[in-house]
Amino acid sequence: MEFTSVALAALGDAAGLIFQPPVPGYLVLGVVMGLCIGVFPGLGGIAGLSLLLPFMFGMDPVSGLALMTGMVAVVPTSDTFASVLMGIPGSSASQATVLDGFPLAKRGEAARALSAAFSSSLFGGLVGAAFLTVFILVARPLVLEFRTPELLMITVFGLSMVGILAGRVALKGIVAAGLGMMIGTIGEGDSTGELRMATYNMPYLADGIKLVIVGLGVFAIPEIVALLRQNRSISNRSPLGGGWLAGVGDWFANKWLSVRCSIIGVVVGVIPGLGGSVVDWIAYGHAVQTTPDKSKFGSGEIRGVIGPESSNNAKEGGGLVPTLLFGIPGSGSMAIFIGAIALLGSGNVEVGPSMLKNNLDITYAIVWLLALANLVGTLICIAASGGIARLTTIPFSLLAPFLFMIISFAAFQSGQNLMDLVVLFAIGFLGILMRRFDWSRPAFLIGFVLSNPAETYANQAVQIARSRFRKEFEAGIDYIFSPIVIVLIIITLLSVIVGLRQAKNTMAGGAVEHGGKRAPLIFLLAVLGYLIAAFVNASLIPDYAAADRVFPRFVSGVAIAGAVILLVQMVFRSETHPIFADRESVDADAPHGLWSTLAWFAGLLILTSLLGFIMALTIFLFTFIRTRAGKDFRFAAIYTAVGIGFMCLMARLLRRDFPPGLVQEYVNLPWPLT
Amino acid sequence: MTILKTVRGGMFGLAAAAAATFATWSVADGHGINLEGKTVEWVIPFSETGGSAKWANFYAPLLSEALPGNPAVVVKFMPGAGSTKGANWFQEQKYEDSAGTLIFGSSGSTQFPYLLGDPRVRYEYNDWNVVLASGTGGVAYLPPDLAARMNGLDASGLKDTDFIYGSQGATRLDLVPLLAWEMLGLNVEPVFGIKGRGDGRLMFERGEANIDYQTSSSFLKGVTPLVEAGTAVPMMSWGALDAGGNIVRDPTFPDMPTFKEVCESTPGCKTSGEQWDAWKAFFVAGFPAQKMVFLPAGAPDDAIATYTAAFEAVKARADFSDISARRLGKYPQMTGDMATGALASATAVPDAAKAFVVGWLKDRYGVSLK
Repeated sequence: MEFTSVALAALGDAAGLIFQPPVPGYLVLGVVMGLCIGVFPGLGGIAGLSLLLPFMFGMDPVSGLALMTGMVAVVPTSDTFASVLMGIPGSSASQATVLDGFPLAKRGEAARALSAAFSSSLFGGLVGAAFLTVFILVARPLVLEFRTPELLMITVFGLSMVGILAGRVALKGIVAAGLGMMIGTIGEGDSTGELRMATYNMPYLADGIKLVIVGLGVFAIPEIVALLRQNRSISNRSPLGGGWLAGVGDWFANKWLSVRCSIIGVVVGVIPGLGGSVVDWIAYGHAVQTTPDKSKFGSGEIRGVIGPESSNNAKEGGGLVPTLLFGIPGSGSMAIFIGAIALLGSGNVEVGPSMLKNNLDITYAIVWLLALANLVGTLICIAASGGIARLTTIPFSLLAPFLFMIISFAAFQSGQNLMDLVVLFAIGFLGILMRRFDWSRPAFLIGFVLSNPAETYANQAVQIARSRFRKEFEAGIDYIFSPIVIVLIIITLLSVIVGLRQAKNTMAGGAVEHGGKRAPLIFLLAVLGYLIAAFVNASLIPDYAAADRVFPRFVSGVAIAGAVILLVQMVFRSETHPIFADRESVDADAPHGLWSTLAWFAGLLILTSLLGFIMALTIFLFTFIRTRAGKDFRFAAIYTAVGIGFMCLMARLLRRDFPPGLVQEYVNLPWPLT
Repeated sequence: MTILKTVRGGMFGLAAAAAATFATWSVADGHGINLEGKTVEWVIPFSETGGSAKWANFYAPLLSEALPGNPAVVVKFMPGAGSTKGANWFQEQKYEDSAGTLIFGSSGSTQFPYLLGDPRVRYEYNDWNVVLASGTGGVAYLPPDLAARMNGLDASGLKDTDFIYGSQGATRLDLVPLLAWEMLGLNVEPVFGIKGRGDGRLMFERGEANIDYQTSSSFLKGVTPLVEAGTAVPMMSWGALDAGGNIVRDPTFPDMPTFKEVCESTPGCKTSGEQWDAWKAFFVAGFPAQKMVFLPAGAPDDAIATYTAAFEAVKARADFSDISARRLGKYPQMTGDMATGALASATAVPDAAKAFVVGWLKDRYGVSLK
């Protein structure tokens, strides 16, 4: 059992790694940030990790992992606050908690519900970590056999999950993933350096669009804009009440339910793509089925809290399985996680088989960190529940400018170019529309992330196979159709079939809203237009550089076909069909319009191009707090000063400048105005 | 006196002539610049994850100690377009605006597009003032069964093999190994699209690639264990340059033959003529002076002398050979005349060599630099 001894040694090394002085500090920092992100409704792990990305550059790998794992692990713990106290899911993973958690809070038993939820979360998180440990141990020897065709196949497997992610209309998900992949191909091709949808006159595009920008644009911006439009008031929060120990007792009395739901969470988490939005519903369903007296569900049954909360922390452990073993993101937040690790290791650590081979200690450090983060997160949640609960009372209009500031700064760090902000705005707008028309954003993000590996692995596998075929036919066949590849093909086919069937049954997030036919149709036509442009653009690549042409042409071809079918369906279906989903019919009731909210962000962008980032930000923060949040002059001034001070401190720490504007072309200004 | 000695000027080409002119002023003027209370920005045109970042992060604190007035030395990253973005930006900087507080670190990837006439290049090395040139080397290696087909230094036995090589792109540093193998008559098919040389090594380890090369530090770290385990055999090093500009054995790998030795022993491979000249020109541009530190155009002699003296002081530290061998490898760290000479030979590729490589890239890989 050579591999067991290697793994055990690595487990020990990993424990050593995470108890080095700065690491626990970063873990606690990550946990605290994760708790805050989770508390705010709508913001989840993806937005949180995207915000952390720029700080990953040049960080010690283990410290950076501590920060990120801390954050990912506890979002499903703290999102319970909003679910229980406000009746709004804190993130997609705790939608089911609302059903019984909120009624409990209304009865004055919020503390009982929260402590039962935290106990379940902690238990689920530990089960997830334990499962991950064992799985890595068992799967490592197999994964080390992986060569390019296997890696390609596992990438295809990851892409096939898009069908499950797609939501109600599978075809929409496929087109969304295709669009994500096409955005991923923008810039110089990897094989021969031909440009796709870019020109050397815009060097920014030639470098391709960065993950930070796509992550923030597709996930953070739409949620923030939506919340800002609602600007939820604080009045309808329930008081905490007492009964902390009763909650722990509830969990203990239902420990077997917690065990089963944790296992459900792990298993669902392992399947790439399923993750977040369905796991809590499956666990809730299981809790209902296994309870003899079903009458109390929906009006404050504690088992309805324990089930989902056990599963949603456990799924993070499961979600790390495909992420760490194959470098295939199990969910949107894992996609960002993979990108961040590439930044961390100075290029030496890359998630997937090579990490299992060369950095097993780091792999296990992640597992340890996951377990520890759950523990720390739960302790903080219980100890500081009063304070954390108060976070839910901050009006979003005070939070939003701060988030916009950090998002802009984070996006700017990726290319240090004003274009970063322009592209962020563009992708953000796309994200808003995708959210509105119910196009799967996780599918888009996974397509974007897997675009590059899919293309390179495909090109490389073809090239190497060709060389083997030249040598001997059998050598080529052996290379392409290894036993692992064949197994992976079968799994992929099964998952597509099961996934499509399952997608119809799991109606994540309740009913669809409908509007007219026109808006969804226009959006589809715009997407189709871009896809056709990308197809034509790729077709223009000359023959000698065919390696850079095949992939974008194939992907856009498939996506165009999907979009055309959608178009035909749109013509014939009635406007109540899910294909015409349009959230605007509900959001239109919000106190603020979409365009006016978006205009704030656009204003920041335009001002930055004229005055440079810091001056623009000063004006933006002050005016926003004054007019939109309606605070007095003094409050706005202090808010602005704190915000600008925070930015300058971050820039100092990261040794960065801010985007200059037109003014800076003519006048030499002192830092940070440069 | 170090200051005066180091900027006495050189006999290598244009840049050296310019330095010589400055040197006369230096003698007349006689003192360096003081950077007390200032912050020196060291711009690296790559991301934080590459070799240039490691190199600059190694030198930055040492440079801070050695510069007069001990200014803070801050490394700033400006990635984009394979370093041409940062280099184009540096070209626009005037010395007067920074007064000695701005330096730039270039790499082989900055040099190659410049040499090949990439249309994106708007910078001119001859405008800049070199104050440090750091070298490195490279080693090619094979799986044991293929290495056994070499007859001593004669590589003819490898001519019938189909080689696969994981490559970052034919116009990058990979140009040097690809051209070398072609000269030996090897049929090497580059598989493009890998992100770094480490990926190339992994492909070799998985048995998908059957020839590879690594720069010296990566070879020591990543391939030496394979050599010890018997799964890889070093084929040749690219060598190193002696004071007279001749290729000699790499001091880091004194027991390994150089490509020149292998070429001499292999029928059909010539160590003269335009192909050899082109290979040598690009080897010299890419390895013995791979990373250089520059002051912007128009830097006065005082500033050049100050920085040169500072880097010499860094090199003169008692612990320098120890710490640099550990973090950078055993490579020449050149200042003054040596650096100017290295810059001249790294950027003055004969037109014939350039034309040859441009034509070869077009014919062999369909790469057109337009």
